[in-house]
Amino acid sequence: MSLHESASVTFSESPGRIALRTLSRDKRSWVALTVLAIIFLLALFAPVYSHFVAKTDPFASSLDATVLIHGEIKPVLEPSTTGLGLGVTPIGPTWSTKYFLGADSQGRDVAARLLYGGRNTLFIGITAGLITIVLSLLIGLVAGYRKGWVDSILSRLLDVIWAFPVYLLAISLSVVLLTSGLTLGFLHFGPGSMALPIVIIGVVYVPYVARPIRGQVLALREREFVRAAVGSGAKHSTIVLREILPNVLPSVLVFIPIMVALSMLTESALSFLSIGVQPPSASWGTIINDGLGLLYTRPWVAIAPGLMIVLTAAALNLYGDAVRDALDPKTRARSDS
Amino acid sequence: MIPFLFKRFTAMIFVLFSISILVFLIFFATPGVDPAARIAGRNADQQTLMQVRASFELDKPIPIRYLSMMRHLFVSQDLTSYVNRGAKVLPELTQAIPATLSLVIGAAIIWLLAGILLGVFAASSKRKWIDPTISVLGIVGISLPVYWLGEVVNLITQSKLHNSVFRWVPQLGYVSFGSDPVQWFLHLIFPWLTLALLYAGIYIRVLRSEILTVMKEDYIKTERAKGASEKRILYKHATRMSLITVISLFGLDFGALVGGSALLTEVVFGIQGVGKLTFDSLQNFDLPVIMATVMYASFFVVFMNALVDVLYAVLDPRVRRG
Repeated sequence: MSLHESASVTFSESPGRIALRTLSRDKRSWVALTVLAIIFLLALFAPVYSHFVAKTDPFASSLDATVLIHGEIKPVLEPSTTGLGLGVTPIGPTWSTKYFLGADSQGRDVAARLLYGGRNTLFIGITAGLITIVLSLLIGLVAGYRKGWVDSILSRLLDVIWAFPVYLLAISLSVVLLTSGLTLGFLHFGPGSMALPIVIIGVVYVPYVARPIRGQVLALREREFVRAAVGSGAKHSTIVLREILPNVLPSVLVFIPIMVALSMLTESALSFLSIGVQPPSASWGTIINDGLGLLYTRPWVAIAPGLMIVLTAAALNLYGDAVRDALDPKTRARSDS
Repeated sequence: MIPFLFKRFTAMIFVLFSISILVFLIFFATPGVDPAARIAGRNADQQTLMQVRASFELDKPIPIRYLSMMRHLFVSQDLTSYVNRGAKVLPELTQAIPATLSLVIGAAIIWLLAGILLGVFAASSKRKWIDPTISVLGIVGISLPVYWLGEVVNLITQSKLHNSVFRWVPQLGYVSFGSDPVQWFLHLIFPWLTLALLYAGIYIRVLRSEILTVMKEDYIKTERAKGASEKRILYKHATRMSLITVISLFGLDFGALVGGSALLTEVVFGIQGVGKLTFDSLQNFDLPVIMATVMYASFFVVFMNALVDVLYAVLDPRVRRG
């Protein structure tokens, strides 16, 4: 019987099960999951909405489209009545099936774009967050377990990225890679590819997660049960995978919702600065950017995507709180922000 | 203490050196990126490209270019912009710094005051609604995109209500303290509140949980046994100890903000600070300016990190040996 099995025999219920039970009794986790489920469904049904409800193509500009309001046919882009009367003002929210939230300055349906943009924002947030977690776990385990020069090099590298203000790094990389594209081994992402923000955001946050994990691994390595495994002649891979990994997993799990929220916020910030998702694709950040010029005439174009970002990020962070409390009762009501 | 300081200082230099190389490589050595083509414009012919390369020293090997740029930046301090030929970079940077500092320091004062007052209040009060309220505040703080919050604030203060309630709010922009202190304050008050709102929630939360943890320590029990009043214990012991955590958190946040996280706030409110300068120069690939702002930004982050470490070492002797 291995050490691992004998340890689990003494507990009637595994820690993972206890955590899951605590989590399922936590009201916060249900609120958060409900909000997230609704947002995911909305994003999922984006094509259905734009095809059958709004009946527009949210990516093609339609400058001479018209819409029927109260039995009156109105142009989507109304000629300005103020100033010199030169520009056009897109139609505001109709609160009906077509142009529910109004149109943007190219006559596109904002509500339909919002749903499509949600797909991109959520997709980038989740994949970038997971890339951060996986890379950090890898680096943290290797640096903390191998110690010595491997640790020194990896830690110095993390220090350098850590000291680089995260938005500056993300912005610099985006500006450069958006002109050149990115080649990773046999993978090539052209300029404007959605993989660029994913990779960039995934990389810049690695120190934030890898450093605490490395610290934990370093401490675990000196614990009796790990020493016992070393003494019993277990292979390195066995020790890392069976003794150390299960013990850092709780903190990794806590990081997942937080990192996804953070990646999402970063994506929308980059897109807002027009160096994230590239047109004609949309993300919540690009729609806020579209709404910038219309802020004082058609504020909903900018407000709606922002509300979606806040709702999603808040739900993720709330869920993160619940997960943290469930996994570690000691840290209840504590925050490491 | 001196060996510790020395160690910390050399680490700082190393990190700054590495960052300068990293920035340089990102902009000059990324495959497929040709700064000369950027400078010369979209439809430049070969001859123009050659001229640009020669005049910007882009034809020399990368290490030489790096050294030359560093020499112009730090030694002779006459690094010039690629875009506005002849415009020196350093004066541009030093002109932008007061705006950024005004923005961040003002916001920091607000969020620290709010965070400490409300955090202590929340820890001492046993009312039921406090716990969820503070969690919500903290979550909202980390979930709000600052640029969007800024837009909403602009919408409220600059649009319809601008003719009534918010008549006193000036147009977006920045006025230096030296030229008109009142206008300086009026221009910055909403950017301050916007930025402070994001951080206050987190600080209230951290301080409160920290105080509650400290309250369980043995020396607090000792104080109680000695008959110290609850008020004295809260203010003199628990809050004081907990402030250490807040200070270290503050050091990192402040460094990051001055160093570049304030960029989005500056862009939204039209404040001509370092963040805005960086952003503008990124748009037109003005590498010398980017290099200078990034070096300055990382210097702040690294310096604040080091300061926090040193403060810790002063407060806790065990760190010095570690």
